[in-house]
Amino acid sequence: MIAPFPDLWPALPEIVLALSGLALLMLGVFRGDTSTRTVAYIAVVAMLFAAVLSMGYGTGRAVTFNGLFVMDAFGVFVKVLVLVASSLAVLMSLSYLEREQIRKPEFPVLMLFATLGMLMMVSANDLMSLYVGLETQSLALYVIASFRRDSAKSSEAGLKYFVLGALSSGLLLYGASLVYGFAGSTSFDKLAALLAGGEHPSAGLVVGMVFVAAGLAFKVSAVPFHMWTPDVYEGAPTPVTAFFAVAPKIAAIALFTRLLVEPFGHMTHQWQQIIIASSVLSMILGSFAAITQSNIKRLMAYSSIGHIGYALVGLATGTEEGIRGLLIYMAVYLFMNVGAFAVILSMKQKGRMVEEIKDLAGLSRTNPMLAAAMAIFMFSMAGIPPMAGFFGKLYVFLAAIQAHLYTVAVIGVLTSVVGAYYYLRIIKIMYFDEPAEAFDPVGDDGMQAILIGTSLFTLLFFVIPAPILNAAAAAAAALFAG
Amino acid sequence: MAGWPILSITTFLPLVGALFILIIRGSKEDVDRNARNVALWTTLITFALSLFIWINFDPSNPNYQMVEKAEWIPAFKISYHMGVDGISVLFVILSTFLMPLCILASWESVQKRVKEYMVAFLVLETLMIGMFCALDFVLFYMFFEGVLIPMFLIIGVWGGPRRVYAAFKFFLYTLLGSVLMLLAILAMYFVAGTTDVPTITATAFPRSMQMWLWLAFFASFAVKVPMWPVHTWLPDAHVEAPTAGSVILAGVLLKMGGYGFLRFNIPILPEATEFFAPLVYTLSIVALVYTSLVALAQEDMKKLIAYSSVAHMGYVTVGMFTLNTQGIGGSIYQMLSHGVVSGALFLCVGVVYDRMHTREIAQYGGLVKLMPKYAVVFLFMTLASVGLPGTSGFIGEFLVLLGAFRDNTWVATLMALGLVLGAAYALLLYRRVVYGVITNPHVRSMFDLTPREVAVFVPLVIVVLWMGIYPNSFLSVPAASVEQLITVYQTKLAAAGNVAVAVR
Repeated sequence: MIAPFPDLWPALPEIVLALSGLALLMLGVFRGDTSTRTVAYIAVVAMLFAAVLSMGYGTGRAVTFNGLFVMDAFGVFVKVLVLVASSLAVLMSLSYLEREQIRKPEFPVLMLFATLGMLMMVSANDLMSLYVGLETQSLALYVIASFRRDSAKSSEAGLKYFVLGALSSGLLLYGASLVYGFAGSTSFDKLAALLAGGEHPSAGLVVGMVFVAAGLAFKVSAVPFHMWTPDVYEGAPTPVTAFFAVAPKIAAIALFTRLLVEPFGHMTHQWQQIIIASSVLSMILGSFAAITQSNIKRLMAYSSIGHIGYALVGLATGTEEGIRGLLIYMAVYLFMNVGAFAVILSMKQKGRMVEEIKDLAGLSRTNPMLAAAMAIFMFSMAGIPPMAGFFGKLYVFLAAIQAHLYTVAVIGVLTSVVGAYYYLRIIKIMYFDEPAEAFDPVGDDGMQAILIGTSLFTLLFFVIPAPILNAAAAAAAALFAG
Repeated sequence: MAGWPILSITTFLPLVGALFILIIRGSKEDVDRNARNVALWTTLITFALSLFIWINFDPSNPNYQMVEKAEWIPAFKISYHMGVDGISVLFVILSTFLMPLCILASWESVQKRVKEYMVAFLVLETLMIGMFCALDFVLFYMFFEGVLIPMFLIIGVWGGPRRVYAAFKFFLYTLLGSVLMLLAILAMYFVAGTTDVPTITATAFPRSMQMWLWLAFFASFAVKVPMWPVHTWLPDAHVEAPTAGSVILAGVLLKMGGYGFLRFNIPILPEATEFFAPLVYTLSIVALVYTSLVALAQEDMKKLIAYSSVAHMGYVTVGMFTLNTQGIGGSIYQMLSHGVVSGALFLCVGVVYDRMHTREIAQYGGLVKLMPKYAVVFLFMTLASVGLPGTSGFIGEFLVLLGAFRDNTWVATLMALGLVLGAAYALLLYRRVVYGVITNPHVRSMFDLTPREVAVFVPLVIVVLWMGIYPNSFLSVPAASVEQLITVYQTKLAAAGNVAVAVR
């Protein structure tokens, strides 16, 4: 029997990305290293086009490829975030690649393929398509983590990421096979229908679910599966770190959310404790461990662990409001993190990148605009109003209070005070300390535009927050309707 | 002026001034001069506008006036809701009144990064005014917390030698208290279904919930007031902040705590307020007596005044929790008076600090011979701080004592002890700095108040005298709102089946 040709329409953004990735690879191979900028720009255009296509998709829910692939409002919201994050990351990497003489067209192409994997993850509706998406993403990421192959640190980061990533994939696969063994299906829809019966899930199914969750916790770098993060962040080339910190995190946490809410939505009792524990530990570790860091990329690694902790508070509630909070958090996280990394990428003295926190000393006098932008991002990450980060935390804690997770909320706000300490430390170094050697001017127009755009977004989010809040609410509702 | 969103204009006008300053370009002298001028004019115009608020304000109406309401985040029923009542309107005036004086006081003493300094102060002004006008919890919280950012920078960039420590302590202490308040706000949101303050005030919360909410709010406001034992950030912050920063800190930021108690704790959580009033009394009395004794032992002028602030705010908190007309009216009056008087005292310290660059009391002595005008102003403000009849301090302290006597004589007696100690440290400070013989040769080179400094002090002296001689102009404004506050409090208590002793 020949299966009917699947409906391609819901997967159009992915198809566009895949085709343009292949075409760009050809272009890169034939035109050589000089084509890097062209390839990158076309990649950005392709991603933004894919984002527009996703937005044009609307609000319904469509399943295709025999139930392996789903497209809904949740997918639209997250895909747009991922595509925006990836295209900003590509733009930010360009001048770095040229400066460090690793100007290779593979770089933007690999980022494009990683992004394709992320979109697949977001739309996965089956444990198998989940895995395919995850690995498409991860394999590309392993390569770009070690893209500076002459640098021992970069190679180490790539290898570390690969070994630990493989381990987590193994955990995930093992969990998936257990789920399949005990439930008899890998399809999210069938799992959901099976569990909706109200029967107590078998122990094997619970164990399988826990393994899958552990594998995904690794990908979002939630405690206790976070150990790779600081080393990889520090070792990888800075634009790669900027990429790692945002797009894959958003995609992985969206996948995590879909998995726990859709197929395992009736096992909330079983997974809630795990997520709560992981979330609380992430918030605590993220805030305390960052205090002693002297390298800004390591600090950002711990900061991102903390942020994932806050986002997981939203997931831990298991409610629509919680998912809404999580999505708002990730949207805000995107802009403030891209912005912060744009500042970090602008930290160069005499053409050489520096990444010690003390190199920022007196930045407010040597480069007031850069310092002001960084201050906005730091206050935002600390969750101080009126910055965007405050709203992220607000909606997450709103959901936590509604779900009666009072202890989690109290721990969350207290760790945010601890977190404020190290964010303030950066502001202190920039504003209170005597100037160190001045940074080179930012120079790069694209970087400047990103800095201005992200800082204005972070600062002025409060003026018209409604569009993003409404989109996030619609996305969360779609997940629960399905 | 009817129909104009006057509160929003007053609130955001300083921000416009700040934007103007940001776009100033040119040589350092030009930028500095223009920044100072723009800041001064912006604050003056803001003050003039705020007077319109006062003129338009109808003291006989206890409700919110000049209300503005616009949709902000409709999905969550969070709105942009502004309005003033008798309790808040004078604090708005206090903020706008002190601001131009702060700019003037920093005219010469701030030479480093003048542009950023003026921007920070103007942003601070917007946040302060907004905080007193906000009638939506999320809006309120944004202003309340937002204040930390400019103040952190003001202390940290333009402060003294230990500025970094002081700035961090200030920020983290206050933040720690505030985040708990945020959770309380969210919890209230789920009971009332909105963050609108008037709606929440009309909502009855279960008793057990009230206790937790009250403690969460208390954590925030007690740090801000500050009450013993969470006052330790204040002496550090005051000592290290630049003069104008200290003025705003003592003059307005401390009042945010007291305002919070009046606006939220008492009317929204009456049962918990009744339950915890003894706790507030105890902490306030300890603050009064203990910090007065600590003030006696200080060697640093600013630190002494900072401790005196803690003691004075002790009167305020006692007055509020007597929950009678005199007590609450007195505490509002005391806050206004303290805002002006302690601000003036910090300016007095600033005057001599600008000349000698030390705040150590022992370095001074005999100033009266060289600076007679200064000696007069300083004496006047010292006596106002002590509560001499005819000055603003007397009215506030008298009313609070009266209210306290009606509620609890022991509390009132201990407060009187605090008064005596207060007189002791204030007069001792004055004697050691102004009287005596000149022992330090550097003092001989000191000169009397410049015309600019006179211009700073004259409005303060006038207001202190006005408040002392004809208090009715200020007492009548909050009266109706205070009456309503007490009525709301007692009705709610009675409705809760808890028959309160009518103390009116």
